[in-house]
Amino acid sequence: MSQTPAEDLAPHRSRWQRLPIVSHLRISVGVQHGMLVVGLVLTGIFLLTALFAPLLAPYGFSQLRDDSGMFGAQQPPSSEHWLGTTQGGLDVLSRLIWGSRTALYVIVVAVAASIVIGVILGLISGYFGGWLDRTLIVIADAIYSFPSLLLAIVLAIVISGGQSDMWGGIFAAALSITVIFIPQYLRVTRAEVVRVKAEAFVESARVIGASNLRIMTKHVLRNATRTLPLILTLNASEAILTLAGLGFLGFGIEPTAAAEWGYDLNKSLSDVTSGIWWTSVFPGAAIVLVVLGLTLVGESLNDLADPRLRKRAAGAEPVEDLGVELPRTDEGAQTPREGTL
Amino acid sequence: MTNVVDIRDLAVTFATDSGPVKAVDGVSFAVREGEVLAVVGESGSGKTVTAKTILGLLPETATLRGAVVLSSRDGTTEGDVVQVSGSRLRELRGRDAAMVFQEPSTALNPVFPVGWQIAEGLRAHGKLSRKEIRTKVLDVMRRVGIPDPESRINHYPHQFSGGQKQRIVIAQALVLNPGVIVADEPTTALDVTVQAEILDLLRRCRDEFGAAIVLITHNMGVVADLADRVAVMYQGKIVEHADVKTLFSSPKDPYTQQLLAAVPRIGEGLARAHERAARRPEGWSDQKPVVEAKDLRITYPGRFRQPDFVAVDGVDLAIRPGEVLGLVGESGSGKTTIGRAMAGLTRVSGGSLRVLDVEMHGVRERQFRPTRRRIGFVFQDPATSFNPLLTIAQCVAEPLVVHGLAENANDARVKVNELLEAVQLPAAFGNRYPHELSGGQRQRASLARAIALDPELLIADEPTSALDVSVQARVLDLFDELHRELGFAALFISHDLAVVDMLADRIAVLHRGLLVEEGTGDEVLGSPREPYTQRLLASLPVPDPVEQAQRRTQWEALREADERSAAAR
Repeated sequence: MSQTPAEDLAPHRSRWQRLPIVSHLRISVGVQHGMLVVGLVLTGIFLLTALFAPLLAPYGFSQLRDDSGMFGAQQPPSSEHWLGTTQGGLDVLSRLIWGSRTALYVIVVAVAASIVIGVILGLISGYFGGWLDRTLIVIADAIYSFPSLLLAIVLAIVISGGQSDMWGGIFAAALSITVIFIPQYLRVTRAEVVRVKAEAFVESARVIGASNLRIMTKHVLRNATRTLPLILTLNASEAILTLAGLGFLGFGIEPTAAAEWGYDLNKSLSDVTSGIWWTSVFPGAAIVLVVLGLTLVGESLNDLADPRLRKRAAGAEPVEDLGVELPRTDEGAQTPREGTL
Repeated sequence: MTNVVDIRDLAVTFATDSGPVKAVDGVSFAVREGEVLAVVGESGSGKTVTAKTILGLLPETATLRGAVVLSSRDGTTEGDVVQVSGSRLRELRGRDAAMVFQEPSTALNPVFPVGWQIAEGLRAHGKLSRKEIRTKVLDVMRRVGIPDPESRINHYPHQFSGGQKQRIVIAQALVLNPGVIVADEPTTALDVTVQAEILDLLRRCRDEFGAAIVLITHNMGVVADLADRVAVMYQGKIVEHADVKTLFSSPKDPYTQQLLAAVPRIGEGLARAHERAARRPEGWSDQKPVVEAKDLRITYPGRFRQPDFVAVDGVDLAIRPGEVLGLVGESGSGKTTIGRAMAGLTRVSGGSLRVLDVEMHGVRERQFRPTRRRIGFVFQDPATSFNPLLTIAQCVAEPLVVHGLAENANDARVKVNELLEAVQLPAAFGNRYPHELSGGQRQRASLARAIALDPELLIADEPTSALDVSVQARVLDLFDELHRELGFAALFISHDLAVVDMLADRIAVLHRGLLVEEGTGDEVLGSPREPYTQRLLASLPVPDPVEQAQRRTQWEALREADERSAAAR
């Protein structure tokens, strides 16, 4: 009895089409659609570059020489070095490509850590309420009131003494970003949980006798994660900015450990005045484009979360079977309102 | 007699993501001056869309065909709402046609005094001095029955009761003296005693103000009380159009016949109750009650420096095994609170409430949890009582899984299919999500979930108030059938006396937290002792225009007696 008749599956859209971004792409129109597409393309390029960095990059991120000798410092773009070399004699293009990998690591670690901790805390805080809720909210507000970059610098120093190898640097950057993001996830999840908690289906689970843990995980949590994809994308772009900011201020990753756009920008400061543009423009543009791409995706998701659009996507109301046979015209039988009678 | 509204071959189509949906299809009718035309139909029949077309209130996604001609009262101008421009439409609105909305608490802006809101229409149509506006507003407020309008004109909506708010909404519609008032379910959100007052006022709108009324409703009792002519809509079409007496005495269309047959009438359930009573073994009444409340008090904590709100005040009642107790009352009477307290959702603050041998006063969730499997609960709104992310089968399996009778939802599928069959749903529906079911189907699935553990006590909190009348009839029949088979004791909460009468062995009437009257259906509905019960019964409109006319005189006599006794005090 558990297998489904084919006709019953028909009204479901496939799982793939109900995924957040895919479904948004389907229902969006006009400018919103364009924004979403541009954002997705930029983000896609960023992700592909990060994944295939070893294949794409002509040189290593800390490579100073090849078979024909030293690269030389501050060389303008040429056929060997498409985007020129830096003050330290590193290939700009390679640093750019490897830098996307570092950025991706930081985003993944920062967002994963903050989402797990933030959602769990938000769930507990919203579901149980009381003094625990008040305490957590006060702490979250206190963290909000700090300038986020200052907090990140302090944490970077605490975690790694300011400078370190690749993974040390990535974790220092990622965890300092995590601390700033946790309050956001906590707040958003808590607000949703408080809303969902008042719904009748949660009460019906209580009446059945389900335990608090089961209600929280099965009934509340899954209904409270609606807005998470949205802040996830927005936070990813913020994570890149914080990482670049840390690197720019000198709390980033050593050039021998990993490539990092903020560090490159910092080192190119003196070049700008002497007419050497290639060392600063390319890392800067990379940061801008990646942040733009992620923000466009996030903002489009935000716009498309509009309830009216969601309602229209849900389709027509199911028809009530009245248990009576009625005469009907052929024309009427084709409209969605009519159904089995 | 001229036509104030003339609708010719109207068709409305909405553009949705899943293609165009035809909401109204070839509807034609006319409303004459000073006449009440009722448009009846169930949700989705297109009655509200038709009504909104009269004022041109449809959203941009709607495409219209046909003509809706509005004539002004003096017969000098007329305009086709489908064709006219925005500014011309604004002229027509309010002056030629006005609207009374369903929910008075949302139709009024909470930050402005009601007088200002009534005057809004006057300001929009022509230049009057402040003094003239005030005189007109005071006059209309007095005529819709707001006592002491001179001081109440500056009060805000929250300072009025629900019925008074609806009076103000009607005053808003009447202030420009329109030819036609479109009333979209004007009494659905109101209690039955208030409904009777508002129906009386609408009747006066016709008789004293001479306004025609297009009454949109699903309540056949309201139709019988107020309408002169009736148009029955079904799936966007008018299936029958007749004057009220003909329609009720000899309905022609099968849909109308079925609709009228589904309306619950007081007295129908008595036979069933007698039958049940006859089946019971001897000594049944001496059995230990499943639920016993003694001097039950439930209070909600008041806000800062305000006394606690007493929702239930010293109620005694008992439900014996296999018995259905109907709990009737208006909104705020505490009936839902009692039901929730029995299910452990609301704390008991005083007295004693024993549910299946557990004392609910001061009970801890941990102690009560084992008892929960012996209690089923059916919620009011089937739309929100299912987790939208779980399939129906998973939702129905939830009690089985929680109480360890099945490992997971798949494991319980055989039992779930049996349960779905018991509530007359195809087993394949188990794979659907809640939003893919209609309201009646969802409520049946909700019943399936409630009986999954074969409970000894079932609490049904207004299980049919969100449903259409024909669907309600099926759900009530199903409830009765399940009760006969499974023999659970039940608390059936409803605001509708006729619904309770169909199912209940005994009826308890609540009023403002107090138990007014309790007894068998014969006693409470046949010969009510308390004046409140009498008033409640008299306020309930019956779906028969001739009988309703008699009942109305009876109700008016009761009201006058009330007023006299109030004046004497």
